[in-house]
Amino acid sequence: MSMNRGAMIALWILLGLVALSLAGPWLNPNTIDALDWSHVASSPALANAHWFGTDRLGRDLFVRTLEGTRMSLIVGLVASAVSLAVGVSYGAICGYFGGRTDYWMMRIVEILSGLPLIFFVIFLTVIFGRSEALLFVCIGAVGWLTMARIVRGQTLSVRRREFIEAAVASGAGPGRIIARHIIPNVLGPVIVYATLTVPQIILFESFLSFLGLGVQEPHASLGTLIAEGAVEMQGAPWILLVPGIFLAVLLLCLNIVGDGLRDRLAQEP
Amino acid sequence: MPEVLRIEQLTIDFLSAERIAAVREVSLQVSPGECLGIVGESGSGKSQTFMGALGLLPRSARATGSVRFEGREILDAPRAVLNKIRGSRLSMVFQDPMSSLTPHLRIGTQLAEVLVCHRGMSWRESELAALRMLDRVRVPESKRRLRQYPHQLSGGMRQRVMIAMGLLCEPALMIADEPTTALDVTVQAQIIDLLRTLRHEYGTAFVLISHDLAVVGGLADRILVMYAGRVVESAAARDLLRRPRHPYTAELLRCVPDLSGPPLERMPSLPGQPPDAAQPAAGCEFAPRCPFAVELCRAQRPPLRRLGPGEVACHFPLPS
Repeated sequence: MSMNRGAMIALWILLGLVALSLAGPWLNPNTIDALDWSHVASSPALANAHWFGTDRLGRDLFVRTLEGTRMSLIVGLVASAVSLAVGVSYGAICGYFGGRTDYWMMRIVEILSGLPLIFFVIFLTVIFGRSEALLFVCIGAVGWLTMARIVRGQTLSVRRREFIEAAVASGAGPGRIIARHIIPNVLGPVIVYATLTVPQIILFESFLSFLGLGVQEPHASLGTLIAEGAVEMQGAPWILLVPGIFLAVLLLCLNIVGDGLRDRLAQEP
Repeated sequence: MPEVLRIEQLTIDFLSAERIAAVREVSLQVSPGECLGIVGESGSGKSQTFMGALGLLPRSARATGSVRFEGREILDAPRAVLNKIRGSRLSMVFQDPMSSLTPHLRIGTQLAEVLVCHRGMSWRESELAALRMLDRVRVPESKRRLRQYPHQLSGGMRQRVMIAMGLLCEPALMIADEPTTALDVTVQAQIIDLLRTLRHEYGTAFVLISHDLAVVGGLADRILVMYAGRVVESAAARDLLRRPRHPYTAELLRCVPDLSGPPLERMPSLPGQPPDAAQPAAGCEFAPRCPFAVELCRAQRPPLRRLGPGEVACHFPLPS
């Protein structure tokens, strides 16, 4: 498979970022929660092992940014996987059975997508306390809605094709038809949408973390790092700029790869 | 001998904006090993009759009457019961082999799946059985074909695969809905030949649905002619082709081009349109197009009655 040149470059940058975030702890002697009182809010320098500088508690920004990138990627991938699994099966069931089942299942989707998400998250945080598992649940609970709609629409068109009728006439049950004959045929648009979901979710997680609803200290995500940096914007701009640039590059690359994938898959019959 | 399939007074309505009568009080039987041909033009209800019998109608359709398969009522049977019968005892071959195979699965997988599902055989055994079946339906290089995808096969090849799939579980009855319509003429003849051979090899009963009297005439023991959702004539194939009793059958036969005669100025055709299924007529549905229609035909519908060796629904059947 080959995508256009821009998408391939974005893909390589993305893979580089992933590798860097995984290798992060071994590249630098500092740890995410070690306080270096001799370098508080120091600017980026190669001399003292704080390559991207330190924050106002003297923690190394290089290590923390990579940790944040890793956290953002994990949240993005896990929540996308959850929304993929739930959305695809829900949408395929709606589209295949149609009629009343479809009607009520889609009304549930509409009610859920009508809920104000931030209040929903704050509400859950108040009840269960802050935890990363809860963050996955909250984002996953909302991410599958659009996926379910897309898969339902695709299923509606595939279900009318002759090979589905032939499968019914050969005595295949609904479960087998959905799993073997419908879902593989709707995967194209699903994969494209899933790659575009990852950056959306990363952005949303950063937003929640910025508001203080996401990842807890001493762990970091790009959102919490940006929130810390925003406070020191005038005195120590690098605390904002470093995670900000990482987030921007990450989102840009994911979106370009998603677009490239869409163009590539759209060419196929 | 008991019938494989007995349909009695089957009526199918489509409930959309208006009520559309697709099939009206159709009764028919298929004996073991028999080949029954169903002939009629588009919209005459010939396919819908069997879709209804197999429970393949869309949600908007209502079917009433009785369909007994091997002595068991299957109209409105629960899906689990139908799924056990469909594909194993009763199989169906569709018109368009281009789109009746799932595009992303290999031929071998699709064939084997039928046996894995219905017989509980292992994948390995099933693939071997599939290979033997491909040989029996004369698919060349069957071993290579098993590993191929549907788009790599020609239309005639795909129809052979569909027939192989239908025969895998050795069904008592196979319904072929226009199996040759989407194929070109030479391939058509090969498929008809194949069906004829397989009939003798397996002793399976066939229902052959077609709008083409020539296709049906070459294969069927008995022919049923349908018009506007009703059976208008049924007789042994030989009698029906030689001495049609219903004017509609006679008109259909007149439209089959005869290559042995002198070249024609233009192809004969039947004037007019079939009636609107949403507005049932009081009299004979064929009356508006019938060259022999009189007042009685328009006022009163003729019942299907026994006449000589066959049955015909006409007030004034043609002389034999």
